[in-house]
Amino acid sequence: MDTAVSVKNIMKKFGEVTALNDISFNIKKNKIFGLVGPDGAGKTTLIRIMCGLLKADSGEVDFSGIESAGSKGKIKNEIGYLSQKFSLYTDLTVDENIEFIADIHGVKNYQTRRDELLQFTRLKDFRHFQAGKLSGGMKQKLALACTLIYRPKIIFLDEPTTGVDPVSRREFWIILSGLLKENITILISTPYMDEAERFNYIVMMNNGKLISEGTPAEIKAALNMTVMEIVCIPVRDAYKILKKNVRSDVQMFGDRLNLIF
Amino acid sequence: MKIIRLFINKEFRQFLRDPKMFVIVLIAPIVQLVFLGYAANRDLNYVNTAVYDMDKSGKSRELLRDMEGSGFFKFNDFTANYDDLEKALDDGRVLCGIVIPDDFEKNIMNRRTADIQIIFDGSDGNKASIASGYILNILNNFSSEITAEIQERSGLKRSLAGMIIPETRVWYNPNLTTRNFMLPSIVGLILIIITINMTSLAIVKEREVGTLEQLIVTPIRPYQMIVGKLVPFTILGFVSIILVLSVMRFWFGIEVKGSVTFLFVCSFVFMLSTLGLGLFVSTISRTQQQAMITSAFLVIMPMIFLSGFAFPIDSMPEAIQYLTYLIPLKYFITIIRGIVLKGLGFSELWKDLLTLFLMGAAILTVSSLRFRKKLE
Repeated sequence: MDTAVSVKNIMKKFGEVTALNDISFNIKKNKIFGLVGPDGAGKTTLIRIMCGLLKADSGEVDFSGIESAGSKGKIKNEIGYLSQKFSLYTDLTVDENIEFIADIHGVKNYQTRRDELLQFTRLKDFRHFQAGKLSGGMKQKLALACTLIYRPKIIFLDEPTTGVDPVSRREFWIILSGLLKENITILISTPYMDEAERFNYIVMMNNGKLISEGTPAEIKAALNMTVMEIVCIPVRDAYKILKKNVRSDVQMFGDRLNLIF
Repeated sequence: MKIIRLFINKEFRQFLRDPKMFVIVLIAPIVQLVFLGYAANRDLNYVNTAVYDMDKSGKSRELLRDMEGSGFFKFNDFTANYDDLEKALDDGRVLCGIVIPDDFEKNIMNRRTADIQIIFDGSDGNKASIASGYILNILNNFSSEITAEIQERSGLKRSLAGMIIPETRVWYNPNLTTRNFMLPSIVGLILIIITINMTSLAIVKEREVGTLEQLIVTPIRPYQMIVGKLVPFTILGFVSIILVLSVMRFWFGIEVKGSVTFLFVCSFVFMLSTLGLGLFVSTISRTQQQAMITSAFLVIMPMIFLSGFAFPIDSMPEAIQYLTYLIPLKYFITIIRGIVLKGLGFSELWKDLLTLFLMGAAILTVSSLRFRKKLE
């Protein structure tokens, strides 16, 4: 009963490459669900399929957990999606962006909610700025505010913290935890292991396959190995050197390396 | 309906914030019109001419006086030898060279055929043929005068009965100015640029920025997206038509002889096909550059060349003439020239209008289906 969305046996191929290989899991209501894996694991493809932007070769995404009686076929009003690029209309202001999204979702009297969200995301002072003039972290918060204006039941965030400065990142996490109070289920994908600690439940992916799932504690226990995270510059060179000289598993996650032994 | 209105509102808001768009929609049509109005001038007001008169006789001077008196020929150069005449033509100083041999008057007086040589610079075939028409006309008059004079002198009264004298009237464009013929078609060109080029760019921009993807996740339907994107450009199209017609009227003095309302209706029907093409271009381009190049080279240029805007369709090879039947602009140019210059209306132009409508409906349907399929 507490399942919001269940993903069942999703398969997706791009030509010869298997992007997603038989992925199944359940997302529980009002939890922060983490999709963790290195670049190229298939996280974005999976999210795009879940949002209906891409068709899976087989398998299905079942939204019956959040579909209310009257909302059948209008599932799009229940879903929020934040792409990696925070796609906003750069020539519209903060207010206008939110207004447009509210309008096309048929939200009436969004003004109070908008003020609330701008307060919440600390964008109130920038409401008359054109979105193109905002910093990366602010754009991301605006994109989130746009998504939240129509009160979706679940939001999909595709690597929301990649390429955002550490301060904004921390702030963003605080905002997200605040959302759980509003009965919103959150799915986040990230390549960062340190962020994984913040999730209620994690699905780990690699090369299009689900490799393990559970709470952060469970995953740590099951691993029975040590993960050493190395933050260094330049990552790519360090990765090549380690890969050549160390026998244990090396993985690259954005700006850092994980050494598993 | 409400969603479409919201979408259109959004488009206009964005449009008003983009000064580039202003220039394209409001300034460019006027600049184009004014330039073309002066540049697209294929009229030949006078012909620069060099003369090598070897005869220097009364008759030769009489002929030259007749030519100069016609107002078409301007004698810039009286050369002393043949080489100088050749050089004047080579340098492009004159379009026409006239050589009168030294036995010109003698031959006429002896009732023999008198030859003169006329050389044209044929590199611009159009001008040369117009000029040769002028000359033939003058020479005809000149020789019939000579005949009459000689007959009179020999006491034979010539009767004028049975001669055909044409009374020529030119309709619709009495002064035969090319400008009047060319300018109305500018309406077509401007509409093409706004509705094909700009529509495709605007849609591809949304795809590039990622907002199109964001819209797919919303409850907005593909058809609402299409209408919301196309209506603003239709309105902008009308704005620039009004601009172009005003400049035509108040700057160049070309009035719309037919009904302006009918012209608007026809423009709308024409826009169905061009908006459809714009939409189509957007479905085959991933970036704005691609959209730009595709619309300019694959769609707009062939359309202009094959529409009869620049080159008359009648003089194209047969195979290519058939090809022009596929060009919506061809029908629109026929329609708009008909309305503006001849004052034609529905009863004369319905065939072109119907063709245009069918084409527009087909192109728009195909493009919309493609656009929808691309979204899924």
